Amino acid sequence: MTEQPAIRVKGLRKRFNRLEVLKGIDLEARPGDVVAVIGGSGSGKSTMLRCINLLEIPSAGTISIQGEAYAMRETRQGLQPADRRQVQRIRAQLGMVFQSFNLWPHRTVLGNVTEVPVHVLGVPRDEAEARAREVLDRVGLGAKLDAWPAQLSGGQQQRAAIARVLAVDPLAMLFDEPTSALDPELVGEVLSVIRDLAQEKRTMILVTHEMAFARDVATHVVFLREGRIEEQGPPDQIFGAPKSPHLQQFISSVA
Amino acid sequence: MFDAIDLSLLALDAPGWGGALLKGFLRSVELAVGGYALGIVIGICGALAKLNGGRVIRDLAEVYTMIIRAVPELVLMLLFYYVGTDLANRGMQALGYSGFDIDGLTAGILVIGLVQGGYATEVLRGAIKAIPRGQIEAAQAFGMSPFKVLTRVTLPAMTPHALPGMANLWMIATKDTALLAVIGFSELTLATRQAAAATREYFLFFFAAGALYLTLTLVSNAGLRWFEKRARRGLTAAS
Repeated sequence: MTEQPAIRVKGLRKRFNRLEVLKGIDLEARPGDVVAVIGGSGSGKSTMLRCINLLEIPSAGTISIQGEAYAMRETRQGLQPADRRQVQRIRAQLGMVFQSFNLWPHRTVLGNVTEVPVHVLGVPRDEAEARAREVLDRVGLGAKLDAWPAQLSGGQQQRAAIARVLAVDPLAMLFDEPTSALDPELVGEVLSVIRDLAQEKRTMILVTHEMAFARDVATHVVFLREGRIEEQGPPDQIFGAPKSPHLQQFISSVA
Repeated sequence: MFDAIDLSLLALDAPGWGGALLKGFLRSVELAVGGYALGIVIGICGALAKLNGGRVIRDLAEVYTMIIRAVPELVLMLLFYYVGTDLANRGMQALGYSGFDIDGLTAGILVIGLVQGGYATEVLRGAIKAIPRGQIEAAQAFGMSPFKVLTRVTLPAMTPHALPGMANLWMIATKDTALLAVIGFSELTLATRQAAAATREYFLFFFAAGALYLTLTLVSNAGLRWFEKRARRGLTAAS
């Protein structure tokens, strides 16, 4: 298969001052892949995900989205993006869902979902609103269009944040521990939305602590440890027959 | 003593002084509005300079706010007014615009705006810092340009945090206009002094001026309350 990967990460390194958090990561997500990234805290999972849309600037390595690599240049402070417009254009194709939702509190739910289509992508407002209603219906918030984020439960806020991403119909979705900030009883509603998206073959990279969920929806699982990929493979192999002793220990400790 | 007061002195037309007072009052409002607006613009620039600027820009902003906050406003105003207009006039002359003179209103607005800007920088800097980092990251992650992030997310999200401080600054702006009487700008206080001196009715005219300032404050308060309620409408859950 020579299909172009949606996301390709090569030789990614990231250091914060003297602490090297990522020590050379290679990762690929082809269209339709659901890549689950697991690992202990401090293993670098979130940092890796945030490098993909340059919320963190890599110290070394290349990241390409649909075959297009971010143009970077050397400066005295290390690598920096060379072309701000390119970064904005690529970012607009990657939808990110954050652990802490990060809805904009000064806009209603509908306003949050139409914000990017109208003000970044230039979609006419009525079109954007029709699309917003559609995606909010899909995540079960069709009745909350005019609510303010602060009036919603955590699970509802996270579903609205997912709708905000769906509204731009991204090439790939990045999930940064989407259920870690939720009360246990609210986790299920968010996971079921993500599961639906996985089933319709949306490309996604999912950093998560929900092992059962990762095993269930992922097409590929990556285990990160101390800034390196320690083991990766199909979920049944990773969870059913882990080879590395660290992965064995990790799985038994969270199960 | 009260029955000795001749209220016809407040009549709008001469020989009453009411018209002069009202005119001064309007100049005061103009000064306050202009200076306040300029102060907000300077404040936004100053806050962004302090938060995102390089070392040199940050230091410049720091020096500016330090001077503004350390030196009495009256001194600043005299300094800006005399030195500032002198420099501006010389500069314009050097550029070939002879006989150019900055008019009093513009100079007054610049002076009040520069003072207000120093305080607004600090208020807005604090308000921007109160926005959770993630909300700005979310905007960036969706491909917003830095300008869009500022206008669509940073400024509206910081407004509720900035309002109490900015409301205070508006009140100060309205009263700082009175300091300009010292440099001969015919705003409410100077008009009042002239009326009082001409008629020897100090109590009547200063009382009337006080009432006008109070009215401005009360109306402003109502407006600010409305605005604050609107800016905070997303923040108070289930109301």
